[in-house]
Amino acid sequence: MEIKDFINHFADQFDETDKSEFNPETEFKTLDEWSSLIALSVIAMVDEEYSVKLKGEDIRNSNTISDLYNVIASK
Amino acid sequence: MYNPFSLKDKTIFITGASSGIGRAVAIECSKLGADVIISGRNPERLQETFDALEGHNNKQFLAELQNHEDVNSLIDQIPLLDGIVFCAGYTKTLPFQFINEDELNAIMRINFIAPTLIAQSLLKKKKIKNGASIVFISSISGMYISFYGNSMYSASKGAINGMVKGMALDLANKNIRVNTVTPGMIQSNIINTGIITEEQINADIKKYPLKRYGNPNEVAYAVIYLLSDATTWITGSNLLIDGGYTLT
Ligand SMILES: NC(=O)c1ccc[n+]([C@@H]2O[C@H](COP(=O)([O-])OP(=O)(O)OC[C@H]3O[C@@H](n4cnc5c(N)ncnc54)[C@H](OP(=O)(O)O)[C@@H]3O)[C@@H](O)[C@H]2O)c1
Repeated sequence: MEIKDFINHFADQFDETDKSEFNPETEFKTLDEWSSLIALSVIAMVDEEYSVKLKGEDIRNSNTISDLYNVIASK
Repeated sequence: MYNPFSLKDKTIFITGASSGIGRAVAIECSKLGADVIISGRNPERLQETFDALEGHNNKQFLAELQNHEDVNSLIDQIPLLDGIVFCAGYTKTLPFQFINEDELNAIMRINFIAPTLIAQSLLKKKKIKNGASIVFISSISGMYISFYGNSMYSASKGAINGMVKGMALDLANKNIRVNTVTPGMIQSNIINTGIITEEQINADIKKYPLKRYGNPNEVAYAVIYLLSDATTWITGSNLLIDGGYTLT
């Protein structure tokens, strides 16, 4: 798993936010488009792509994309 | 004592009795005088329910509803019934873009097809008395509204509400009544899957005019109403129990 790929998959869950806004340090919950539905999509994407079952708490406890990446890498 | 909601001398079969709503239904039915036949998967939790039942003519059966052998042996062992309550069910939260055939088949099978075919088999084997009452636990999700990521679950519950109307018509000549209850969010294991955070749950609770989730007993009382002789002229209907959620 590479963080670059992860960021791409992560960004795919958004429709309006420009791809350039996504980098390891992006605080994703501050993005205008962030929503509980996107959180569910991220959980489903991580299960599909990485076979890792994230919890809602994992998302709540992560601020940046790289925080979340590290949670997945550790599971 | 005068009690139009009494279940005395009735035998009631309840699926999903090892947890949550099914457990509450089983216990409350036994307290109102019914003999109850309970089923579930988890032996310890089913036993806990069994131990909490009143009366001495109760029975318990383990059955995985995905497994045909389990279901057939369950159906063979069930005695003549005055009532059935289908409580077994689960939810799978996946945004629509992520649903797939396996997950869709699985949820339709457990939530919709299994209870439907169990009812049909029991009828064919003449194990449901004329005048009996059948209750399906559906949900506001599917009948009235949905939740984000809940399209498959809503489909499985919507299917129940549709089928019950036709089933009620076809069984009316036997005086068998068929109804659903549609609860809003009820405090049970079903919401403890971890996908939803406690923070989100607390925010969700605020959307309920009565300012809390329901508890399993509050669903059980509605089910008992539909099982009892108080409702011998109610069939094909649905009872909404949602703390006012669908009003707003
Ligand atoms: N809680 C709510 O907010 C809510 C709201 C509306 C409708 N409902 C509906 O109410 C019903 C009961 O839910 P609950 O809240 O009481 O959930 P729960 O506490 O999770 O209990 C679910 C029950 O279904 C059984 N079950 C699940 N999958 C099964 C399978 N494959 N084979 C056999 N048994 C299976 C479980 O057995 P084991 O535990 O033994 O595995 C358990 O007894 C469900 O149909 C649900 O959709 C719930």
